[in-house]
Formats: sequence, C-alpha cells, structure tokens
Amino acid sequence: MRVDEITTRVRAKNAGPFRLTIDCFCADAADWRRLRAGLSAARVGEALGAAPDAVVRYELEALRVIKLSLPRPGVQGAIGDRDQHGAQWALVIGALELAAEER
Amino acid sequence: MNGKPIVGSPADPAADPAADPAANPAVSASRRAGTRVLVPSGVLGLGFDRCALARGVALSPDIIAIDGGSTDSGPHYLGTATSKYSQAVIAGEWGELLDARHAAGVPLVIGSVGTCGTDNQVDALLDVTREWAERHGQPLRVATIRSEQQADALLARHADGAIQGLSASAASGEALRDALTHCTHIVALAGAEAFIEALATGADVVIAGRATDTALIAALPLARLGRDGAGARAAAAGAAAGAAWHAAKIAECGALCSTRPSSGVILVDIDREGFSVRALADQARCTPFTVSAHMLYENADPQVLVEPGGRLDVTAARYEAVDDATVRVTGSVWHDDSRYTLKLEGARPLGHQCSSLVLVREPRYVQRIEEWCALLELRIRRDIERHLKRDPDSVTLEIRRIGLDATLGALEFEHGTPVEVGILLIITAEQADTALDVARLANPWLLHLPLPDDEAMPSFAFPWSPAESVRGALHGFCLDHVVHIAHPTALLRIDSQDIGPR
Repeated sequence: MRVDEITTRVRAKNAGPFRLTIDCFCADAADWRRLRAGLSAARVGEALGAAPDAVVRYELEALRVIKLSLPRPGVQGAIGDRDQHGAQWALVIGALELAAEER
Repeated sequence: MNGKPIVGSPADPAADPAADPAANPAVSASRRAGTRVLVPSGVLGLGFDRCALARGVALSPDIIAIDGGSTDSGPHYLGTATSKYSQAVIAGEWGELLDARHAAGVPLVIGSVGTCGTDNQVDALLDVTREWAERHGQPLRVATIRSEQQADALLARHADGAIQGLSASAASGEALRDALTHCTHIVALAGAEAFIEALATGADVVIAGRATDTALIAALPLARLGRDGAGARAAAAGAAAGAAWHAAKIAECGALCSTRPSSGVILVDIDREGFSVRALADQARCTPFTVSAHMLYENADPQVLVEPGGRLDVTAARYEAVDDATVRVTGSVWHDDSRYTLKLEGARPLGHQCSSLVLVREPRYVQRIEEWCALLELRIRRDIERHLKRDPDSVTLEIRRIGLDATLGALEFEHGTPVEVGILLIITAEQADTALDVARLANPWLLHLPLPDDEAMPSFAFPWSPAESVRGALHGFCLDHVVHIAHPTALLRIDSQDIGPR
C-alpha cells in the first residue's frame, strides 16, 4: 500500500530556503497508526536524498498527522532547483510503499 | 491617537500596565482585558475580503497588523531588493488599510515590507503613506524599523564569534566571510521588541523592514504585559507571553488558519491565559483542527517556534471550539533563551541566466527525446568550445524535459510517452554576454537538430521570437545564521516622523 492510499493529503512546503517539511494527513486513527508504522524518517530521507539522521519525524496523534522535516534537496532558487516552493516533492512521498507493520 | 503612545516608552517606569494600569491612558482605556488584533491578510498584496475587513474594524480592534514579505518567493527579491507584487496593487491595498486604520483610530503595523524587507522597500511604502496623508489631509506619525545590515559590521561580529550557523551545512569561517562579503543585500529579522519601541513613539503607522512574521502581531499584547524594551526578556517567560506568540503564529498567514484561506481577515483576542481566533468572512470558520493544523505550515518543528530572544512551545496547547467561527487556545508557553539572537538572510549573485523553450510534437522525436536531448547537449558544448573558445564546464547547461520529468528530475517515478515535450534550456554563466551567446548558438540546434538516422533538417516549434529570454542576474540565499546581540534592537534603526498636513 502506498502512502497516498492511506492519507487524505500529503503536503510539502519550504520551511525557509534550506529546509523542507512534509505533512501527511490521515482520515482516522487506524490509518494514522498504519502510516506511523510504515513510514520511517530513513525512508523519506532515502527518497529525497537526505541522510537518515537529518530527517526529523513528528507523530502528531491529535491531528492524525505524520510530519517530516529535512534539509531541502538543494537550496531554494539555486542552480538546478526545479520547484521554488518545494510543493511537488509531496508526490514522491505519496508514491512510497509503506513498510511492513513493524518499524 | 497621533502623538499619544499606545504603549509607554521603554524608559518610562510607569509604562508597565501590570504595575499601574491607570498610568498609560491607551492601555487602561481598553474596553477589554486583552488585546484585539485585526489581521487583514497573510501578506499585503494578496488581497482581502473587504466586507470582512469592515466587520473587523467595527469590532474595535486595538491594532491592525499585516505581514509584507517572506523568503518563500525565492532569492531574487532579496538579491535585487525588489518586491514580487505590483506597486499599484500594494498602493491600493495599503490605502485601504490606512482608511481602515483611520476608521478604527488605532495603529497599523506592517513588517517585512516589499517581500524582502530591505531599507529601500521601507522608503517605498513610506512614500505611499505620505501620498495618502497628503491626499486625505490627515496628519500621521509614522515609525520605521530598518533592519538591513552592512557586510562590514557583520564581518566584525563574525570575527568576534557572534555569528552562528543554524545547520551543519551553514557556512563558517572563511566561507562565511566570503558569503557576507558577496551578498548584495543582508537583512536581520527584527523581533517584537523593535515593534514595541516603534509603537511607544506614539506611531499611527509602523513600517518595518524584515521582521519575523509573528513579531508584529505579538508586540502589542506583549507590551501590555509589561514586556517592553530592555526589561522584556527577564519578565517574558510563561503562559501570558506564550499566548501572545502562539496567537501571532496562528494569525500571521491571515485566514489560512480557517476553512476559507483566501478570505484573508482574521481577528485574535489575546489575554493572559490564552487567546481566541475568529475568521470574519462569510462562511469562513476556525475549527480546532484548522487552527492547530496551522502550526504545521511552513514550520519545520510543529511544536516549537524559535523567535528572537526565546521560543514558543505549544506541546501542551488545548484547542476548543467557542462557536462555529471561533476557537479558544490555552496552554502554550514561552521560554526565554539565555542569549538574544536575530536571524540573518542574505543573497549573493550566482551568475547570469538565459533560457530558451522549444516544443517537440513530432512523434518520432518525442519517442526518442532522451537521445535527442543528449545529442543537443553535445552540440552546444562543442560550439561553446569551438566558437566561444571557452571551457564548456565553465557554463552550466540544464535541459529540462517538460512532459517527462521537468518537475522532479531524477526523482520522477512515473514514466510513459507524452503527446509532446517542452525542452527548457537554462544557461547559467558568470558573464551576462556569455549566457546570451550560448543561448544564441544553441538556437539553431533547438530548432533543427536531427537524429542521426532522420531527415537532415527537421523543425520544431519555438513559441516566441526571439527564442531566448534573458533572465538576468541569478541570486542565491547564502546565510542560514543568527547573530548574537546585547540588546534586542542593537542592529536595527528605529525612527519616527510626522507626515501630512501640520
């Protein structure tokens, strides 16, 4: 199962020019727990080219959100940057397959 | 209002309303225990719901506060000290907010003017304000906060070890010296103390350069808690300051914390125990979800917000619906940092750019577009060497394939054959004329490059003439640092003046 099959929305956005933050919203507690178990900081780092220990993951149960913050894949506006606001990287995370139940 | 401070001067011991509420007429005259802040929009230039703004004015706010900028549109604006919005739109909206300020009889505050918050953008909005004052025959006291920084002064502070990187990749040592030296513009993000000092001049209008989005909203409620000037930090810990900063963070993007983000207008009531946030447009609602979820937005840490002089922690915050449109928030806490810092932003030139776009619709070429692009790059590089007598590696060539993977590049995960492909060629060179020369020598290849086994001279579609666009100087953000300072307004220049008819 992919991340975008278990979330209502995956949102990526710059958190300043040097960092990217990704919010994965779930519809209910069961989906949120499944996402929490299946989407690690290391997997997100691997998908977007960040070292595993550079990715910070927040489990926000009240909001049913898993949030991931990491160094931006390239500084905003530098040569080679393709997306000034960093929004479309959400699709890369949405397409990730969830890992097996254990974290 | 003109000349009568809404908050006391930092030098005035009677300014602490907690000590003696009657000592400050503007504070004690408030009809509420708390402070009511009207936020017309997330940013000046983006528009707002005019009925909702009028509703907000009728609700007797204590201050009207709006943000004017961000780094989010990229380094060009700080690099060139320009605004992303139309000046006509800015002048029109600012005039409407000056009208609203006049009707409400309260101060109007803006921070990060003109997208990047450089000094010239402060001056530009000051000119708009002066024209409004003359046209309406209204005298106004205007305070300005200038936060642009000179490289020399920061180099001296760097030599003293007062500039600190915020991440492992932030420049240090000689690389930081180099970055500071080469920035075209550097700004420091002013904190709430600067706005408190500006309001204490009795200003009707405060126009600030780069500042934190939250500082301009948090300033008045913090001032009324007695957090003014140099004495602010020692006293500022705790729930009351937490309420002010948290309210500011929720309201700084206007109605983005509501169900109708585009309506703009938000009202926050801030007291010592917490705050209430209300959307003012028709059908706009604030719910515990929309309000608490806003802490996620463009924020790396959803629970801790770092500000000059301290940090807001919302881990224990509680969000309760008061009615359909209003949410009450309590439980957030402010912690003072042991040292006061201002965040720095700087942009430096990275070269000059030209771009060209050609559209490939011929199916034989669409099917073999990767091969064609590889050939295109070889031809351009060969011609840079042959005709410009330059090392091709001295020029950066980017060939982006719109329709295949232009957005995600190597991270693209879906593959198929599109109907057509747009080939976007981006050239970056140290000199502007080199970038243009390369774009021109690439022109015939973009238009006519054949695959080796195809007809001699196919033609593809240029959407315009000339095919190349001169993008001008490219700038890059190069500071991810804070500077330690002894006093919250040490690197800022705060002035006030009376404008309009005497």
